[in-house]
Amino acid sequence: MSDQQPPTPTDQPCCQLKRRTFLTRVSVILGAIIGFMIALPGIGYVLAPIFRKPKHKWRTVGKLDDFKVGGFVLVQYEDPSPVIWAGVTAKAGAWIRRASETEFIAFSINCRHLGCPVRWVDDPKLFMCPCHGGVYYEDGTVAAGPPPEPLYKLNVRIREGLVEIETEPTPLTLTTLT
Amino acid sequence: MSNNFVTRTWNWIDNRIGFSDYIVPLMVHLVPDNARWWYIFGSATLCAFIVQVFTGVCLAMSYVPGGEETYQSLKYITDTAPLGSILRGMHYYGASAMVMMAVIHMVQVYMHATYKYPREMNWMSGVVLLFVVLGMAFTGQLLRWDANGVWSVTVAAEMAGRTPIIGPTLAHFILGGETVGGSTITRFFAMHVFIMPALIFAGIGLHMLLIMRHGISEMPDVNDPVDPETYKEAYEKRIHKTGVPFWPDAMWRDMIFSTLIVGVILGCSIFLGPPALDPPPNPSSINANPLPDWYFLWYFAVLSLLPPQLETWVILGVPTIGFIVLFFLPLISNKGHRAPSKRPWAGGTVIFGFVAFLVLTIYGYKKPWSPDFGVKELPASVVGTDHGPLAEGAKLMHIKGCLYCHDIGGYGGHRGPELTEIGKLLTRDDLIIRINNGGHNMPAFASSISDSELQLVVDFLLTRGVEKEPENPKSTTP
Repeated sequence: MSDQQPPTPTDQPCCQLKRRTFLTRVSVILGAIIGFMIALPGIGYVLAPIFRKPKHKWRTVGKLDDFKVGGFVLVQYEDPSPVIWAGVTAKAGAWIRRASETEFIAFSINCRHLGCPVRWVDDPKLFMCPCHGGVYYEDGTVAAGPPPEPLYKLNVRIREGLVEIETEPTPLTLTTLT
Repeated sequence: MSNNFVTRTWNWIDNRIGFSDYIVPLMVHLVPDNARWWYIFGSATLCAFIVQVFTGVCLAMSYVPGGEETYQSLKYITDTAPLGSILRGMHYYGASAMVMMAVIHMVQVYMHATYKYPREMNWMSGVVLLFVVLGMAFTGQLLRWDANGVWSVTVAAEMAGRTPIIGPTLAHFILGGETVGGSTITRFFAMHVFIMPALIFAGIGLHMLLIMRHGISEMPDVNDPVDPETYKEAYEKRIHKTGVPFWPDAMWRDMIFSTLIVGVILGCSIFLGPPALDPPPNPSSINANPLPDWYFLWYFAVLSLLPPQLETWVILGVPTIGFIVLFFLPLISNKGHRAPSKRPWAGGTVIFGFVAFLVLTIYGYKKPWSPDFGVKELPASVVGTDHGPLAEGAKLMHIKGCLYCHDIGGYGGHRGPELTEIGKLLTRDDLIIRINNGGHNMPAFASSISDSELQLVVDFLLTRGVEKEPENPKSTTP
């Protein structure tokens, strides 16, 4: 049995030590290479959405005649790049108002405080958020509550009698270090 | 004969797997005989985790992590699948039990200062486990993929988005894209059923290993503060003198308490049922009222009550600093007294934390800062009449949304001051100025209310808290 024990360092010739050190290093390096080969494609796959450039697409939200001059109405449209299984979760919403015969104003429904869906209340002409009580005037500026920024304005255009909204990522309120 | 066969078979297996050599010594390791009922919370947390793993695996047999179908599969589990409702309920109440037990376990360890030498890393691994458990609780709430789930993940992304420099990157990582959608739920599913449970398994393994290495701590003794120079030797001597085997002398208490916990989880799921599903997960629907589950309501309240200038720092700072302080606690103080009577600040911290949690949670439930969109019109009993200008003014209070934020006679929201007695407090001019220009946290209504409407509202408000209407005719003219 004793001859199966690994030799103690003092019994080893110098080349044996070098060989063992070399094999240790090779094993560690190969282990790292194996790790990289396994992990890199996965990490790239998981992080890919971060590096994807936001797609901006024009989505039709109704016919021009469907919108009367007056208060805001809620419209729904599809995300610019929905996954095939998304179903109803691929929808996005916006508040849109026909301000005049040719002018439209649209806001993302996300409150600029923490993203909850704001509601348009027609009589007081205010947007109100159910989460933390953010309130906005009809021009999107903050009227009360914690939102640090006005509602996010979306681009609207009229083409061939149809009203179209340009899709945008969920508006984020960023922290700037000055 | 058959007994002999069973014995021989077991001996064969035992010889190969080493159960008697490795597992039995762990089961019968000596524990202090004075620990008793204080030490049941860690095993109860583990038991709740076992409930979560088992019910989670069963739910995953029918749960479809894919956009709209997720909601349909949840409906199927809840309404159609045999025992599905109970299973979903067990998973929900099991999560609550696990969070609760983990926190109680941590408070007990903190109060008894068990984190001191040589068990610093027991505590540190426990803190990591607690945060992963909270992560499980949060991602689990999102997997209840209804309107609340969609908006909760949006809020989470917005909070992450506040991180300086890398905020948008983090937010888009959480959402799995630029907006909440089909990629979001699959991402959270992977985190909830693969990544976080793997971390918990690994964390529990390390936690148990450290318990075996350093032994279960004794109850604190006022006359025996921890001295790293002598602690280990003294502990070994005492444990060999007075210790009892964990199985079964100590474990029976764990078994009784864990039976109670599982019984309560099962009972709640049978009699209370799983949480109701909100409307489908449509990110374009505004008919949602996002609320976190009970364990995060305190944080929801904090975010609503904070001054805006502090908000970003609290959003990012509370979890970060909370983790750092808890994690490094044993490195700040790893010796000295363990007895609560010698550590009044520890008791004070726990009491303050508990009271703050309770108060903020109640606030979170009531959410007085939110407009009450469902408020009804003021009844004639409050207005004092059902016709005439006074009734019209009261109706305008509802139409113009004043009642969303102001309570009058028990009707209305609580975001703004109560107006039940406002006629005693403000003059006509005060009211007109306040309504037109707005005020502290109140929008200006000048552009959305006509002169005649304003007069009706003001006339009505001036009667609040006043026995009779003012008789001076001048006061009613604009």
